[in-house]
Amino acid sequence: MKPILQIKNLSKSYGNLTAVKGVDLDIPEGICFGLLGPNGAGKTTSIEMMEGILSPDGGEIRFRGKPIDRNFKKKVGIQFQSTALPEFITVRETLELFSAFYPDPRPMEELIELCSLQDILDQDNRKLSGGQRQRMLLALAIIPRPELVFLDEPTTGLDPQSRRNFWDLIQKIKKENTTVLLTTHYMEEAQMLCDRIAIMDHGKILECDTPDSLLDKHFQGVLIRLPAKGGALPPGAELQGDWIHMQTTDLDSSLKKLLAEGHDLTGMGIHKPNLDDLFIKLTGSTLRE
Amino acid sequence: MNQFTAMVKARTMEFVRDRATFFWNLLFPILLVFGFSFAFSGNQDTLFKVGEWGTPSGADPFRDFHTIEEIDFISYGKDQSLDELLKKLRMHQLDLVVDYRDKQISYNEESVNAPILQRLYSAELKGSGWKEESVQGAPIRYVDWLVPGVIGMNMLFSCLFGVGFVIVRYRKNGVLKRLKATPVTAMGFVSAQMVSRFIIVLLTSVFVFLGTNLFLHFMMLGSYFNLILLTMLAILCMLSLGLIFAARFKSEELASGILNLISFPMMIFSGVFFSLEGTPPIIQSLSKIFPLTHFIEGARAVMLEGAGLVQILPQIGILGAMTVGFLLAAAFLFQWD
Repeated sequence: MKPILQIKNLSKSYGNLTAVKGVDLDIPEGICFGLLGPNGAGKTTSIEMMEGILSPDGGEIRFRGKPIDRNFKKKVGIQFQSTALPEFITVRETLELFSAFYPDPRPMEELIELCSLQDILDQDNRKLSGGQRQRMLLALAIIPRPELVFLDEPTTGLDPQSRRNFWDLIQKIKKENTTVLLTTHYMEEAQMLCDRIAIMDHGKILECDTPDSLLDKHFQGVLIRLPAKGGALPPGAELQGDWIHMQTTDLDSSLKKLLAEGHDLTGMGIHKPNLDDLFIKLTGSTLRE
Repeated sequence: MNQFTAMVKARTMEFVRDRATFFWNLLFPILLVFGFSFAFSGNQDTLFKVGEWGTPSGADPFRDFHTIEEIDFISYGKDQSLDELLKKLRMHQLDLVVDYRDKQISYNEESVNAPILQRLYSAELKGSGWKEESVQGAPIRYVDWLVPGVIGMNMLFSCLFGVGFVIVRYRKNGVLKRLKATPVTAMGFVSAQMVSRFIIVLLTSVFVFLGTNLFLHFMMLGSYFNLILLTMLAILCMLSLGLIFAARFKSEELASGILNLISFPMMIFSGVFFSLEGTPPIIQSLSKIFPLTHFIEGARAVMLEGAGLVQILPQIGILGAMTVGFLLAAAFLFQWD
């Protein structure tokens, strides 16, 4: 598939701190692409350069094969991690205001329907709850019927219910064949929404592929997790904090072996590897929230 | 609705719905005008003021008067013309003018103090060949003199803070960043802010003037057209000045501090509350760098002296030039973030 956005050797420093160090990415059209990483990994700096908000120190960004131009902002939708809205105006008025910025805005009714804004239309922007606010910001992002939507940690700080509602909205947008570029530090979210992910830490992309290929590449079989109680580690296992982690393709014999070696299996967990495990494996740290 | 009108509308709604700020903007200048009008309503000026033009040749027929402490004698000659003295007389800033060169005394028929002084002087002059002349002119109350100053000051604060401070707040809280992510240009955004504030300040000024005028009946010798023209230009000029401060700052506290730092000297040294006449020359030159000074001068000339467009051309020219200068500086300095 032809990439809608191509990034080559992108870098950005703030003083002595290099936030992004030579990032290369291809974002294929029509998919949901997840940029994952802990706080401070360089996700926001990277996405803001792609949005044209920050100017990169080096590297290249191409939209549909061409450098970003004046029309770029008419074709993309952006939701920042935190945005203040004009005060003293209502949701409806804010939508009207932003609709006036674009040549061919989505009709108001469609926006309201798509983002479930019926109940909050006449509320002052300042009085929205976290979930309502994110729905409203998403509505602002999709006003221009964007070809590409940037969502920077859209569900951070939301309760589980609101988060799930928000995922539904993103699925609806994906169905319109809009490319979505999402940053998150919730692996569950990435697993749920993303067709392709890139894992980033310390300003670099560590891995980039579909979630399944990445999991296949890094894990075989299932993961066993045991509380560490001192004593020798079983062969092939590693200690992560208070837990012993080990992979196995043959669960039956591995468990028998652990018992035979005299390990206490109380508190043991067995699960299929997920993105959380991948992240821990790649960055050597649990997700810093 | 196009981009521009949508932004003007949003900004204006934001202002009007922010009740506290809205009423404060209206109430503050009205309170000031009434407060000062009340405070200075008594006829405290019991002293007679006599302006003397030139020096006596030979014996001074009024030598004895100079020993009377209740009369304040002010000597003019080098810097001011006789016409200017007579103007002061018409405006009740002087009670009597003695012209030693042409041997003539002039007094204002409508002045409360004039009859007493005129009789004193006449008695002294019998058969001496001196002439007497009367001029006319209604008194200028302090409040007539003050009202352009108070409205100007209100304009100053409303323009500087309404544009300067608000844009800095937008920059800090991310509203500017959100707008930068849309096809809106910096120029479009800034001019929408200015137009919205321009309408607000103009309407507020007109409202304050008309509202207080209902009760205080200000002296208005010139044309309202010229006054409005000058007001609009002054608002534009001060908005542009505010834009310079809106161009870069990211911190509301810093912006607020710096805006206060320039608006307070401007308020004091632009002749809002007291005349700068008689202050050290350095203060008078300093006052010329403030746009407010030129607005107040022009507005007073229109209201109190009946100045026409030609007479206020210098003020219009200076305000216009300052506006262009400020706008260029702001355009050069402006950054979204």
